[in-house]
Amino acid sequence: MPQHLFVELYIFVLAVFVGFQLISKVPSVLHTPLMSATNAIHGIVLVAAFTVAVSVHGTLGIVLSTGAVFLATLNVVGGFVVTDRILGMFRTRKAAE
Amino acid sequence: MQLMTTIAYLVTAILFMLGVMRLRSPATARSGNLLAAVGMAIALIATLIANHQFAALGAVIAAVILGAVVGTVSARQVRMTAMPQMVALFNGMGGGAAALVSVGEWFVPGHAAGAGAVSALFTILIGSISFSGSILAFLKLQEWMTGRPILFAGQRILNGLILLFDVAWAVVLLVHGSSAPTSWLGLLLIGALVFGVLVVLPIGGADMPVVISLLNALTGLAAAATGFLLGNNLLIIAGALVGASGTILTQQMSRAMNRPLMQIILGGFGQIKSSAA
Repeated sequence: MPQHLFVELYIFVLAVFVGFQLISKVPSVLHTPLMSATNAIHGIVLVAAFTVAVSVHGTLGIVLSTGAVFLATLNVVGGFVVTDRILGMFRTRKAAE
Repeated sequence: MQLMTTIAYLVTAILFMLGVMRLRSPATARSGNLLAAVGMAIALIATLIANHQFAALGAVIAAVILGAVVGTVSARQVRMTAMPQMVALFNGMGGGAAALVSVGEWFVPGHAAGAGAVSALFTILIGSISFSGSILAFLKLQEWMTGRPILFAGQRILNGLILLFDVAWAVVLLVHGSSAPTSWLGLLLIGALVFGVLVVLPIGGADMPVVISLLNALTGLAAAATGFLLGNNLLIIAGALVGASGTILTQQMSRAMNRPLMQIILGGFGQIKSSAA
């Protein structure tokens, strides 16, 4: 197994622990916005889509990578805007009370 | 250039973690989302500076503009009550993107070999399941189809067989590597897409948000696997963060509803008890 793979596995395991720790014990009103925000964060695959759009060859490669860029952009932009709207609703509801 | 990208990715990883931290309290949640969005922008700009020799520049620009416009407009226009299905839809897009990236890499000679091939096949499987499952969840919640559980005889066995076939087929592809015929990879894709639909079919009503959360965690794992495939640490960190926090979140959501998580998920494998209630 190459060395860099070990380093990547270390990073993965540590990030998993951080993820577990961050989310333990959150109030249930925040479940939906947290789901929505983490949904936007995995839109980071857009970085992968850009990277692949450089290395691909041929029509099939271009179609695949362009499709990936489109879908990932939807995930990023839509994800953050939806989360912001959900959280904006929180504030107005609180102000009304 | 390499150094600048690495530093930008580090800043993004920190902003993602700070963002999720702030999302744990209603008072700071909105700023947390903003922090994460800023982190995302930094990573994307750094990536574009380092990788801009696109095979088809026009197509990439068009895809980004179209995606940003459609994403913003649909997220802004949708009714407040329709938010969960929007999350499901955008989650599915992320899963689909991860799968497409891996299919693209699969065909680049020398890119998907050894551990890379495992990552690619894993991403294709998980990403496709998340894609079709999320779209079905969207259709159900949007009431473009019945939102009630759809059950049929032998559902559990059929789902189990399809999953088994998919995993076995992935192993076959792994053995043959990228020399395997294109249609073989297509079969894996179709199997995973069908499985995603079948798993969400028997789930309905109040269980849907929990399933969406689970699919969200799956897409996170797919993003992390894409990170292993491309050797990109930021993707590994962000994907693992979402995968882990999504899993915990799924557990907490099912607990808040007083429904055992396994009952909800296994509901996807033929739940008869709760359909009678």
